[in-house]
Amino acid sequence: MPSAIRCTNLFKTYPGKPPVEAVRGINFEVNVGECYGVLGPNGAGKTTTIEILEGLSPPTSGEAEVLSMSWAKDANAIRERIGVSLQETQLSDRLSVGETLQLFRSFYRSGVDPDEAIARVSLQEKKNAWVKTLSGGQKQRLAVATALVGDPELIFLDEPTTGLDPSSRRELWEIIEAFKREGKTVLLTTHYMEEAERLCDRVAIFDSGKIIAEGSPAELIRSLGAEHVIEFSIDQNHEIMDDELIRSIPTVDRLDKSDSQFRLTVGQPHVVLPQLIQQLADKGISLSSLTTRHASLEDVFVSLTGRHLDDENAGKAP
Amino acid sequence: MKHHHPILAITLARLREFVRRPEAVFWVYFFPVLMVIVLGVAFRNQKVETFDVDVINGADAASIVENLKLETRIKPHLRDEDESRERLRTGKTTLAISGGKSDGNDASSPADVEYLFDPARPGSLAARNLVDAQLQKSAGRTDVIKSNDVVYSEPGGTYVDFLVPGLLAMGLMGGGLWGVGYAIVDLRIRKLLKRFMATPMRRTHFLFGMMTSRLIFMIPQIFVLLVVSYLLFGVKIYGNWFSVALVVLVGAIEFAAIGLLVASRAQTLETASGLMNLVMLPMWTLSGIFFSYERFPELVQPVIKLLPLTPVIDALRAIMMDGKSITTLGPEFAVMITWSVIPFMIALAIFRWND
Ligand SMILES: Nc1ncnc2c1ncn2[C@@H]1O[C@H](COP(=O)(O)OP(=O)(O)O)[C@@H](O)[C@H]1O
Ligand SMILES: [Mg+2]
Repeated sequence: MPSAIRCTNLFKTYPGKPPVEAVRGINFEVNVGECYGVLGPNGAGKTTTIEILEGLSPPTSGEAEVLSMSWAKDANAIRERIGVSLQETQLSDRLSVGETLQLFRSFYRSGVDPDEAIARVSLQEKKNAWVKTLSGGQKQRLAVATALVGDPELIFLDEPTTGLDPSSRRELWEIIEAFKREGKTVLLTTHYMEEAERLCDRVAIFDSGKIIAEGSPAELIRSLGAEHVIEFSIDQNHEIMDDELIRSIPTVDRLDKSDSQFRLTVGQPHVVLPQLIQQLADKGISLSSLTTRHASLEDVFVSLTGRHLDDENAGKAP
Repeated sequence: MKHHHPILAITLARLREFVRRPEAVFWVYFFPVLMVIVLGVAFRNQKVETFDVDVINGADAASIVENLKLETRIKPHLRDEDESRERLRTGKTTLAISGGKSDGNDASSPADVEYLFDPARPGSLAARNLVDAQLQKSAGRTDVIKSNDVVYSEPGGTYVDFLVPGLLAMGLMGGGLWGVGYAIVDLRIRKLLKRFMATPMRRTHFLFGMMTSRLIFMIPQIFVLLVVSYLLFGVKIYGNWFSVALVVLVGAIEFAAIGLLVASRAQTLETASGLMNLVMLPMWTLSGIFFSYERFPELVQPVIKLLPLTPVIDALRAIMMDGKSITTLGPEFAVMITWSVIPFMIALAIFRWND
């Protein structure tokens, strides 16, 4: 099966003092019909990578191939067949939804009718409304509609749901899933783990311009070695707990401590929990919080980097 | 929904955005009209120019005032010396007259009257000569030769007739630079330009769309200005309408191209508006919008004629005021076309499309 995107050894350094090495050797391949997620904290190089793939900025070195064509030779042919939504575009406030899509449609030789694009993102009622009257979620849906109006085989979405409320986010997910169901390809960047878990067939976790893990969400979570997470905090100094004693509980795979919390990655919570509570009781310590959940991609990121995805300055080396 | 050619789609989008911004419409269309009205009223041809002059209190002052009152164009006012000097210094009067007793410059022949004035101040010399003639006459001097004043006020020759072509050209310049330049920088800041570049949109289609929409905005701008000047001040076009339209068109293209160049790399609105003012400022003063550039030294005039605005004004005046044919305006068109083609080419070469 031909690949929709293939990039080899991408590097991008922004000139300056000092120069910024935003992308430092990226390799991946996206199959046709796949939804591929680029995941990572702010500043990890997601936007830089996706803009190289969209033909908007040249890599410092390395090669990017889209729909088996190269940007150097077939730029216009590629542009006819892809759709793009940038991380930060302000569409014209004083054009209506319909007029905006008519404008974008005029740029493509073939595509769908603007009304059809409006229907795909469920903005029919807003067809004649000015862009400036739309909510954040509606604006984002319009941005996706501008990517769909050229009837693309492949769409690039850079953080399509950042800053949206949960229900707007779910609406966008449904739009993306509908596009996938037609057998088309999606490349998506996000720093929401649950978004990647729900939408993506495979993800690449970016950190500081490199891919630190790649695979399907399930594979990545399995790679943690244990699929459950127990988090708890206590109302006393952390020193009081005996880390070795906790690690000795059967199926505990890993113990991480942050300022406020203990985090255990475990195979079987029903085995771990009674023993943990017993240890606390023996020392006369009381819990101030306790949660258990399935491990997520967030936990994969934490276990790989020791940092949380939404940490401030997460992109910078610790 | 209808499917448009990209140039038409871009033009339509620009026009819609423009008319949906009433304050922009106001400034583009009514500001030049306001200028014509204000300046036209301020500089309308006065039937008779009158001079207010001060007569300094002292010997003979009363008789000087009496004598000056015989000439209707002189309005003498009796004042103390200190007050009069203050009024001269602050420009409230152009001429002060003091009678008698002065020793003058030459002690051997003391003067009868003394005129205080600054010859650099407009009207002061005219006032001095008129007052002097009147005083000499009332002292008994007779004219040696007979003269007769004929007031020159041919249609097409008033200051407003001179001003309107200048303001038309100024409107084309401002509109072209702002209309194209500002709009492009705004699109760049909003990352919409970059978004367009991710589509198969052709760059030339984009540039033509921006220029076409500007040419369309210009039509009502020119039309309103000409109609208002005609209705209020009787300003007419003595030459050919078609020639005026052609100059306006080429002038608009010229300034749209310069606007494109100014915007080709600017990444903030501050940079863009700074550059635009830098480009426009010399032309506002040098190209002869408000007064003829013949007042500048002979040496710099060939340079002034090569500025983008000058040939537009010169050609419009030649057609509108003097009824000249377009065939006599070869040099003006050559300058305008050069300023259209070269900035466009440079802009295309250095334009910042993707960031
Ligand atoms: N135009 C630019 N000039 C200089 N540095 C840049 C530019 N764009 C991005 N960067 C830097 O490159 C790094 C990666 O940025 P980006 O690709 O936007 O990350 P992400 O999209 O993952 O948040 C960051 O450190 C950012 O500051
Ligand atoms: Mg980004």
